[in-house]
Amino acid sequence: MVARGLLTFKTTPSIVATGVTAGPLEKKSQFVDKFDKIYEDERCEAKTNEHGHAKMMEDACMIALSKVDSVPSDADFMLIGDLINQMTPSNFAAATVGIPYIGLFSACATSVSSLLMAALLTETGMSKCAIAGASSQHNAVERQFRYPNEYGAQKPETAQWTVTAAGVAAVTPYKKGFPSIECGTIGCVIDLGMTDPLNMGAAMAPAAADTLTRHLTGHNKDVKDYDVIMTGDLGKTGFELYKKLAGNQGIDVTKNFRDAGKEFYGADPSFLSGASGAGCSAAIFLTEVIDKMRAGDYKRVLLIATGALLSPLSFQQGDTIPCIAHAIELTMK
Amino acid sequence: MVSIFITAFIVGGLICVVGQLLFDVAKLTPAHTLCILVVAGSVLDGLGLYEPLIDFAGAGATIPITSFGNALTHGAMAEAEKHGLIGVVTGMFEVTSSGISSAILFGFIASVIFKSKGKV
Amino acid sequence: MDEKKYAKLEKEISPKRPLMRNIIFAFLTGGTICLVGQFVSLFYMTYFDFTQQTASNPTVATMIFFAMLLTGFGLYKKIAQFGGAGSAVPITGFGNAVISAAIEHKTEGYVLGVGGNMFKLAGSVILFGVFSAFIVALIKTILVKFGVVSW
Repeated sequence: MVARGLLTFKTTPSIVATGVTAGPLEKKSQFVDKFDKIYEDERCEAKTNEHGHAKMMEDACMIALSKVDSVPSDADFMLIGDLINQMTPSNFAAATVGIPYIGLFSACATSVSSLLMAALLTETGMSKCAIAGASSQHNAVERQFRYPNEYGAQKPETAQWTVTAAGVAAVTPYKKGFPSIECGTIGCVIDLGMTDPLNMGAAMAPAAADTLTRHLTGHNKDVKDYDVIMTGDLGKTGFELYKKLAGNQGIDVTKNFRDAGKEFYGADPSFLSGASGAGCSAAIFLTEVIDKMRAGDYKRVLLIATGALLSPLSFQQGDTIPCIAHAIELTMK
Repeated sequence: MVSIFITAFIVGGLICVVGQLLFDVAKLTPAHTLCILVVAGSVLDGLGLYEPLIDFAGAGATIPITSFGNALTHGAMAEAEKHGLIGVVTGMFEVTSSGISSAILFGFIASVIFKSKGKV
Repeated sequence: MDEKKYAKLEKEISPKRPLMRNIIFAFLTGGTICLVGQFVSLFYMTYFDFTQQTASNPTVATMIFFAMLLTGFGLYKKIAQFGGAGSAVPITGFGNAVISAAIEHKTEGYVLGVGGNMFKLAGSVILFGVFSAFIVALIKTILVKFGVVSW
């Protein structure tokens, strides 16, 4: 296999600050103590779900910037995305914050693709501070992709729960004492013919396994090099499938594998297969993982965010669910 | 008198079991399942079988969505009996108007009063 | 890995839908809703001038009213997660489909949102109900004309 889609950052840009906001239901998350702000209202006191969605993103940006004593005018770029049509929540958030902005869409993999793009801009020397991140809002996503929120449809055990959360990172040139971005791998779109939108984990697992293999061979790494290899939102079912697929490639999956979607709500059975959404991976990667790196527990981690690139239209027209996974490698020097 | 409550429970429950089988075994969406049941109710009425079922099971036959297909067909056939072919079109909503009109009315009222919430 | 192999693996690993449990809960939930309906229609037969046949109209309207309250207070989806088709198949499920869409699209206004989207889930039920009623009644009318059956 020719090594393609590989990124290596010689200047190792650093993640100097993060901001994570979440909705009221996310109090049930086992990581709730690590989030910067929890709203009491699921719409963040805004009039519509989508406005609440945008507000969550704005607040996450402001929190991340305030942690490095910065204001929006100090940031050069803003690379964020979400799952709503034409990414209006991100667009509105960018309008309010006023940082030069490009919206990114890789569905739930935007949490990593945005970090990779921010690292690239920093590597070229054109960015002193770039904001990267992703968000999702349960009600807004649910009504767009599935049914009205109050509609009674029985969900099978493979279904996942879209989280209400926004996660944002401030990326700057290398700074000692902060996790830095060493390399990454851009995913290929993988489609193994899955069609069930109530089993997204199964659709995304092959993409995650593919990106993992490509990252390891392309960067000449081994699973043992990492303290943790964490996927974004495969959920309980998808995570099992992903480990099986990776295992078939001769990768040792017994140790250090974690999945943010599976762990987000703990073992609570009412969330079925676990959490999903762009905010899920963004929130966990930027709290749990970054915190542990800064505390010295993790020296080198591999984060693989997965995204299902379907739309309600493509599903109704009978198309399969194409999926993508992007990988980013962080180190603590 | 008591027996109709028992038959209502059992017949109503069994029609729902058919729906559940269409969900889980045939892997149909709720919308597809309900459409099939409505058509089934309509065909049963064409064969003259739905009215006896209502006599036997009461609400067990009138509450499931199959009764919607039955009522539409019943209205169409009753008008057709009086006015011939043209009645097929005009009589359709004669019997079933209450389901649709109350759904529209209560739907509108609900949209004024309530907001949707994303709770588990 | 090709699609067929993966589909097989996916079937193996994904948890199965608990068919027996779902059937029992659907039976109980659907049966209970119909039982409530029977009480409502008894009420109309006792206190108003309705028969078993004609009581179904006010009963259906009352059941949809109950569905409105349950949907508005966020309870209908909980019943649905437990009861599956048991809550979707009764007329209350039809009501829930209309009412939940109406509530959800309130943010786009009463004309474009509520009016335009109210039947986005339930509309297909009306379409296929009307169409099959048309076909069935048409066939019956023709058969009566030719003297094959009588009304």
